[in-house]
Amino acid sequence: MRAVMRSMKGDRKRAMVWSYFFLVIFVIFFLAPPLYMLITSLKSSAEISAVTNPWWIFHPTLENYTALLTSNSYLTFFRNSAVVSVLVVIVTMLISVPAAFSLSRMKFWGSTTLATGVFLTYLIPETLLFIPLFKIFAWFNELTGIELINHWWVLIVVYPTLTVPFCTWIMIGYFASIPKELDEAALIDGAGYFQILTRIFIPVALPGIIAATIFAFTVSWAQFLYPLALTTSEDQLVLSVGIITTLIKGDVFTWGQIMTGALLGAAPPLIIYAFLMDYYIAGLTAGATKG
Amino acid sequence: MAKVTLRKVVKNYDETPAVRGIDLEIADKEFVVLVGPSGCGKSTTLRMIAGLEDITAGDIMIGEEVVNDVPPKDRDIAMVFQNYALYPHMTVYENMSFGLRLKKAPKEEIARRVENAARILDITELLERKPKQLSGGQRQRVAMGRAIVRDPKVFLFDEPLSNLDAKLRVQMRTEIKKVHQKVRTTTVYVTHDQVEAMTLADRVVVMNAGRIEQVGTPNDLYHFPATLFVAGFIGSPAMNFIPCVLGEEGGRLQVRLSPALVFPVPEDRVARYRQYVGASGLLFGLRPEHIFEQRPHMEPNEVPFEVPLEVTEPMGMETLVYFNIGKTEVCGRVNPNSGARDGQPMKLVADLANMHLIEEAGGKVL
Repeated sequence: MRAVMRSMKGDRKRAMVWSYFFLVIFVIFFLAPPLYMLITSLKSSAEISAVTNPWWIFHPTLENYTALLTSNSYLTFFRNSAVVSVLVVIVTMLISVPAAFSLSRMKFWGSTTLATGVFLTYLIPETLLFIPLFKIFAWFNELTGIELINHWWVLIVVYPTLTVPFCTWIMIGYFASIPKELDEAALIDGAGYFQILTRIFIPVALPGIIAATIFAFTVSWAQFLYPLALTTSEDQLVLSVGIITTLIKGDVFTWGQIMTGALLGAAPPLIIYAFLMDYYIAGLTAGATKG
Repeated sequence: MAKVTLRKVVKNYDETPAVRGIDLEIADKEFVVLVGPSGCGKSTTLRMIAGLEDITAGDIMIGEEVVNDVPPKDRDIAMVFQNYALYPHMTVYENMSFGLRLKKAPKEEIARRVENAARILDITELLERKPKQLSGGQRQRVAMGRAIVRDPKVFLFDEPLSNLDAKLRVQMRTEIKKVHQKVRTTTVYVTHDQVEAMTLADRVVVMNAGRIEQVGTPNDLYHFPATLFVAGFIGSPAMNFIPCVLGEEGGRLQVRLSPALVFPVPEDRVARYRQYVGASGLLFGLRPEHIFEQRPHMEPNEVPFEVPLEVTEPMGMETLVYFNIGKTEVCGRVNPNSGARDGQPMKLVADLANMHLIEEAGGKVL
């Protein structure tokens, strides 16, 4: 018995050592780029191009930050990104939560096929879609005279094509894990479908809804291809596209500002993650165990 | 408070029949238990009364009103589910008051009703907890509380004790009975456990394969089963069924179980059984408790016989003995001090006053 315990202890120790070994490698691998960005953002252009140790800051400066935060175009990009992402999250949730509810709970003709269809939509990559979308917008312009291209708000219509299918799909999973008896109990208690959704399903599946929210926000915030294709004027750009189109002037890379811009741009999702992390993890693992 | 009436109620799932035409009248304030093996249609019947399943044909009435097309919330019923179905994000108080809050009942009224139900169920100190902080028995009480608070016409219970461990189940069973004595609401209770059915019910409805086999008080079902199924389903250990031939010798009827074992038919059964003399496919039914050790005094219809025992199972208060008659294994219940031993012959008594004669093909108790 004691020998078994000792060997179990040994096994555990060895497993821990290996876990740490790989975790450290991963941490270095993933954190080196942002760290390098941070270091570079605190250097002047002169220091960046000088031949010194790139991992050390000899003359720290906030000039990149002040330059960006006082530049109207950067603030416009930031505002565009924020408005687009928040509105996309709202639109996505307003569509996918009721959609998931009806697909998981109301049996109607074709509901199963529709649920699978929702998932298949998600499998089509955006790289295949942006040219057809562009064509559709052009055609729509010819037909109605309404110009959709080169307006930041058109992204609010476009991004949900990416976020709604996935969010609907994960919400279907969450709602499916809610026992049937719960809605039956609510039904008998006198709730209608809308009340079952708002008073039972949404609160119970809150972790899932938050996970979907984070996903929708991250996708919208980081989206690059659609805004690159669909918006061109400087005041219509979002952050991801704005940084590379305005801070790279011909063949001149203002590295300090690029790094600063990217770093500041990465902040909002990070902050949201930090706030909702507990929920997010609970959401991702919900349904794995009972209780 | 209301009676519940089922008239020729049929339920088909696509083409598969689940309930094949049920007639049942449940009186006001009555406690009726639907019991049967899984797949017998008992839960479906309950869910049709609740309005959670459509009715394929027939009528269901609550009170004087046909409720076939009335949605669950307007049927004025309350249901307790097997897995409790408590709303996990609400406190016990919120769970119990949910229905009333949806109806926009006045706050004081809600508080009064919840407190009253909590007192009945002894869960007053749990009102602020969330379901996950409760034990299985407490959750079950809350689920019952949620039903009581609504003060419905009918309580529906769908196997409410199946998720509890054996000891708690017995305790909650008594609890449910007490609650029904305090809150005399018409109750329909579904279970697959015949002990639960017998102990709780005013009347038991035994169901099998989508049909009602028999309706009766627990004692009626036990002593006068109408069918082979009911005879075998009610009682534990189950009734013994032994193939037999009914013969007549010198004007007296006798059941022949084996060449060596012939029992005389009690006088009061002779008239009823005479028409089956010589019939094939008859079963002799006798409960284990009516086969016991020989005692100093014998009642008129007790007949002694001797058999070699195969196996004995001491249960403490009694010992179960198993032996063979022909190819059939038969169980008897004897006093633990009667000296029953594995493999030893034993003198036993069959109490024929409690015998049954059953037509095997039709499943009818004669």
